[in-house]
Amino acid sequence: MALEQTHVQRAAHLARLALDDADADRYLDDLSNILAMVDQLQGIDTTGVAPLAHPLDATQRLRADEVTEVDRRETFQRCAPAVENGLYLVPRVVE
Amino acid sequence: MHDKTLRELAASLEAGEFSSRELTQALLGRIDRLDGELNSFISVTAEQALAAADAADAARAKGEAGPLTGLPLALKDIFCTQGVKTSCGSKMLDNFEAPYDATLVEKLKAAGTVSLGKTNMDEFAMGSSNENSFYGPVKNPWDLGAVPGGSSGGSAAAVAAGLVPAALGTDTGGSIRQPAAFCGITGLKPTYGRVSRYGMIAYASSLDQAGPMARSAEDCALLLGAIAGHDVRDSTSVARGVPDYTATLDDSLSGLKIGLPKEYFGEGLDPAVAEAVQAAIRVYESLGATVREVSLPHTHLAIPAYYVIAPAEASSNLSRFDGVRFGHRCDAPQDLIDLYKRSRAEGFGEEVKRRILIGTHTLSEGFFDAYYTKAQQVRRLIRQDFLDAFEEVDVLMGPASPTPAFDLGANKDPVSMYLQDIYTIAINLAGIPGISVPAGFVGRRPVGLQILGSHFAEAQLLNVAHQFQQASDWHLRRPDFAKETA
Repeated sequence: MALEQTHVQRAAHLARLALDDADADRYLDDLSNILAMVDQLQGIDTTGVAPLAHPLDATQRLRADEVTEVDRRETFQRCAPAVENGLYLVPRVVE
Repeated sequence: MHDKTLRELAASLEAGEFSSRELTQALLGRIDRLDGELNSFISVTAEQALAAADAADAARAKGEAGPLTGLPLALKDIFCTQGVKTSCGSKMLDNFEAPYDATLVEKLKAAGTVSLGKTNMDEFAMGSSNENSFYGPVKNPWDLGAVPGGSSGGSAAAVAAGLVPAALGTDTGGSIRQPAAFCGITGLKPTYGRVSRYGMIAYASSLDQAGPMARSAEDCALLLGAIAGHDVRDSTSVARGVPDYTATLDDSLSGLKIGLPKEYFGEGLDPAVAEAVQAAIRVYESLGATVREVSLPHTHLAIPAYYVIAPAEASSNLSRFDGVRFGHRCDAPQDLIDLYKRSRAEGFGEEVKRRILIGTHTLSEGFFDAYYTKAQQVRRLIRQDFLDAFEEVDVLMGPASPTPAFDLGANKDPVSMYLQDIYTIAINLAGIPGISVPAGFVGRRPVGLQILGSHFAEAQLLNVAHQFQQASDWHLRRPDFAKETA
């Protein structure tokens, strides 16, 4: 599955990473080499093999639906780049 | 005192030979004098360390000391530490002070240990040489022209150089075992879920696991006992009792069945490394173990499967770094998309971006089944290889890495760097535990023997490693760099 420049640009957009054309060219080479290595997987027959998502085949544990955490908004917002009145500031989204 | 193991230091503290404050001051002095050259620490927390040492000394005076009280250690900078910079080796988090402690950190503090600081690492734990750190590479104390391994390279180098007796690391594809091997120390990756991941910055959540790095298997046993166990804040941590890992260290190895995976002794293995590993295996035979060849037939697919699964998980985990809630934000964003894109492009280094792009691509529409589903199927085959092998033998042994530490700057292209992890990566995919112990040298550079066990066989691995260290002295060797004359 040959990788093309448009794939790299699409992945960069989906991942919200700014890439200029020179970056995109370099990543095209790197990613193509990595995917060529990964393509060894295609040679193996996995018919009927269930995908393994968790090495111990564990399932998600449930707990009672109770509040266990205290409100620490102020502490958590202290490491934010920009906050005001308990809200995170971002560039205007709605005109 | 910088040469001693945790257990020896604990005995000295108990006997009143020196206080935790004196020990802490001595090691902080060594860090001050030696780490400029090594670069193994990102942050040294002298003030907090001395306060913790004083508290430990006070506890001991009151007769309230536990086995780890007053013992110094260092934390890989991937563990959140309240009020202390937690960078994960990234520009993205250069300004980040964690608002809480990781569970592992909380447990080590409760045990009375004294953290001297946060160690250098490959950015977001992505690397095998520690050259991907925003804070610059770490040097190997055995040979300053060599890498210390990665991603827990700072932790390994600090222990090897006698800056700290033990350190905590994390291992997603070999990041404890390979740097332990390269730096001539003992490093254990526990079973997936044995140690809580809460507060450990996530790279690949189905593979990440924290563990101890120290000067002996015995010290690893002490530390694992302190950090293992169920945590309600990590749903993947396993609810299962924690044994006393030190209780079985002296068990006899008579009748132990060792398997040597033939795929771990094939093409690409440095003959001098193979020779050191074979010599170690002969020591085990002299201790009453039997040895036979086994096969892990899907070994060659471990790196390809890993480089789908780990980047896929990373691309999701690292989406939290958005320039809004914490971490780096670009200047003068034009709109929200611009804020995200430039903050992330500026905050992340090359290797991290590469893995995010790979992961995003392989998870995207039209590629998901061919890559991600396929890799997860192969992951099951790889795990089955190990389950089958452990039907026949008790433990597996082989080299931790195909070569000793390579030169700084030697592996320029990503794929050749990835291939370095051929013997460590499958273990994370299978979720089993593994330990690397010092087993010789090639020139000045250490060789690690890797020992693998079935799920939750940490006590057995530590026993097997400890018995080797009773019959060999590789773990007692110290680099010239650590032999300060002043």
